[in-house]
Amino acid sequence: MTAQPTAMDRGYGRNYLPFAYPALLITGAVIVFPWLFTLFMSVHEWKIGSPRAFVGLNNYFRLFGDERFVESIGTTLYFTLLSVVLPVLLGTACALVFNERFPLRGLCRAIFILPMMATPVAVALVWKMMFHPQLGVLNYLLSLVGLPPALWHTSLDTVIPTLVMVEVWHWTPLVMLIVLGGLAAAPTEPYESARLDGANPWQMFRYITLPLIMPFVVLAVVIRTIDALKAFDTIFVISEGGPGTASETINIYLYLQAFAFYNIGYASAIVVVFFVLIIVLAMVLLWLRQKAKWS
Amino acid sequence: MTTRKENRRGISRRAALRAGAGLLAAPAIMKVATAQTGGAFNWRRFAGQSIEVSLTLGPRATNLRTHEKEFTELTGIRVGSEVVPEQQHRQQQVIQFNSGNPQFDVTTVSWHVQKRLFGKSKWLVDMKPLLADSQLTAPDYDWPDFTPGGVRWATQADGRMDTLPNNIDPWMIYYNKELFAAKGLAFPRTFEEIVMAAEKLTDKSAGIYGWVSRGLKNANVPVWTSFMLGHDVDPVDPKTVKLQTTTDGAIAAAELYKKLNREYAPPGTVGFNWNEAQTSFSQGRIGMWIDGIGFAPPLEDPTKSRIVGKVGYAVMPQGPKARHSATFGDGIGVAAGSKKKEAAYLYCQWATSKLMCNRLLQSGGGSPCRASPYKSPEVIAGLKLPREWLSCLEASSAIGRPGLPEIVPVTEFRDVFGVGLTNTIGGADARAEMQKATDAFTPVLAKSEA
Repeated sequence: MTAQPTAMDRGYGRNYLPFAYPALLITGAVIVFPWLFTLFMSVHEWKIGSPRAFVGLNNYFRLFGDERFVESIGTTLYFTLLSVVLPVLLGTACALVFNERFPLRGLCRAIFILPMMATPVAVALVWKMMFHPQLGVLNYLLSLVGLPPALWHTSLDTVIPTLVMVEVWHWTPLVMLIVLGGLAAAPTEPYESARLDGANPWQMFRYITLPLIMPFVVLAVVIRTIDALKAFDTIFVISEGGPGTASETINIYLYLQAFAFYNIGYASAIVVVFFVLIIVLAMVLLWLRQKAKWS
Repeated sequence: MTTRKENRRGISRRAALRAGAGLLAAPAIMKVATAQTGGAFNWRRFAGQSIEVSLTLGPRATNLRTHEKEFTELTGIRVGSEVVPEQQHRQQQVIQFNSGNPQFDVTTVSWHVQKRLFGKSKWLVDMKPLLADSQLTAPDYDWPDFTPGGVRWATQADGRMDTLPNNIDPWMIYYNKELFAAKGLAFPRTFEEIVMAAEKLTDKSAGIYGWVSRGLKNANVPVWTSFMLGHDVDPVDPKTVKLQTTTDGAIAAAELYKKLNREYAPPGTVGFNWNEAQTSFSQGRIGMWIDGIGFAPPLEDPTKSRIVGKVGYAVMPQGPKARHSATFGDGIGVAAGSKKKEAAYLYCQWATSKLMCNRLLQSGGGSPCRASPYKSPEVIAGLKLPREWLSCLEASSAIGRPGLPEIVPVTEFRDVFGVGLTNTIGGADARAEMQKATDAFTPVLAKSEA
């Protein structure tokens, strides 16, 4: 019996590599080169309109003494945590509801996912009008039920929860769709066995449904975390990072340094540190995803 | 060729007539010839070219775009214009200029933010040689008609003038005459009286507040500097380029800002930019609103305002040491990298011509930098706003003083001090916040001026 020829024997690398060149070229041009250039810029002091000077790691040392940058890390994590946990909890609950059969279920599902289809900037502008402390419809609605007006995005204490509220409204449907997919793919046999064994609905959810949908929930967490970390449009339109610096996430601070103050070198250092932060978080989430896989 | 008869008799009558007709026609012939070769001024000299114009969103841009076709009819130059919101426009301009290949030939420039950066980088063409060129500048352009203030704004420290003056925006106080009358109040004459009036007007249980102004960081700084000028203090000393933001006058101005916005302004003012303040004021529940003079038209528009005919327009009251109106402005210039500089310059001339300035003033969308519109009875008769607005504009311009320092990092200045001011509305100590902001901004300023 002769051994099967390997990929190397067939000369795949030699014969087919040229087909990968266009993709490699594009990846190099739009991903690798910008990254290398960002790293290069991060070790320079360069303000638009001024000459560029090599400063080594000074921008990085300066970052960790920069009160606003350190504060922005905390704000980013706080915003991300709320913007991930709440849509995931609500989206999962909604998926469980929409997984049941009831009249007009299809129509209700379609209506529920509408927010997801709206453009974030347009959504933010509409919410901003509704948040207006004197003229906004939200405070009017609160007054109808006898509640005092809220300050929404114009208060240091409520700005982050207000922004998270918009995120929740916008992205809960996405989580619902992902988890609903998991529920549709789940096998029915374990439920039949559980019923025969006399399990109650809570026990079936806790010991069958939850483990089955967990990989999908983790996937939703991964997607939401990435989205929340890179959130910019909603925050910028509604609060511009304010009041003061109360909602200034890393993205907002980075934007200010790069495009308002034109400190390109310093902003590049922020990008590099932010990238490291994202990599660490992504690794933790991928590890969690591996743990949550069906065995 | 002369005939024998002519030779015999000298010059014949017919020849004399021919020569005379030739002499009479000479200026017209010369005019055509020079127009074709670049002699005397001719609007159509660059007909067939097309230029790109990049404008900041606002009434000035609307004025230009509304009449853009007239420019094309006049010159034969096609115009492609884009309008970008202020903040994004400034960023776009800097990035495009820095790339060395801007996509526009003409652009508007906010002097109060971009003047030094643009001047230092020499991104725009010096207008002085163009203005002096009789082949490129219309004889009726009437440069002396421009106000000294506008010309001073447009001129860089090195003497270059990289924009033509387009608009001056002095700050003033809008007030609700009905609310003032209900309390039997006259408009304040001093800063102290502003506080007293705001206190008397405020009735929180009825949802009425005596004062509103910008509280959002960055946007709020001109409110503070407006008060600072009343103490005869500039945020940065124009001669020494040192910060004066912890002087007694600057701190007193920050205290006044804090008091008015914390005690007499509607809840949420900390997140207000001009548009939120304008909306609140236009609903008739605010006594006074300080901001630029160009925000008046919506207040007199019945579809947008509940206080049409009830708005008072007042000059900034007397401060403890001086009386000034914080002034801002913009110009229009030609990109140094443009390949159609002459055509672009014609556009700038047209944009700042008497006709366009008259239209701008009549719309209430700005205050042109020419003197003639304010003197013309026809222009004033066509004004869409009350005469009181015009009087306020003229009086405010007369006491105008730059509301922001002429430094390169203006945006950073506004951001750093804006955060401090916002914090004061939250209750922070004004002196401590201004000191903190000053400490943070001092090295930035030192580096930019090095």
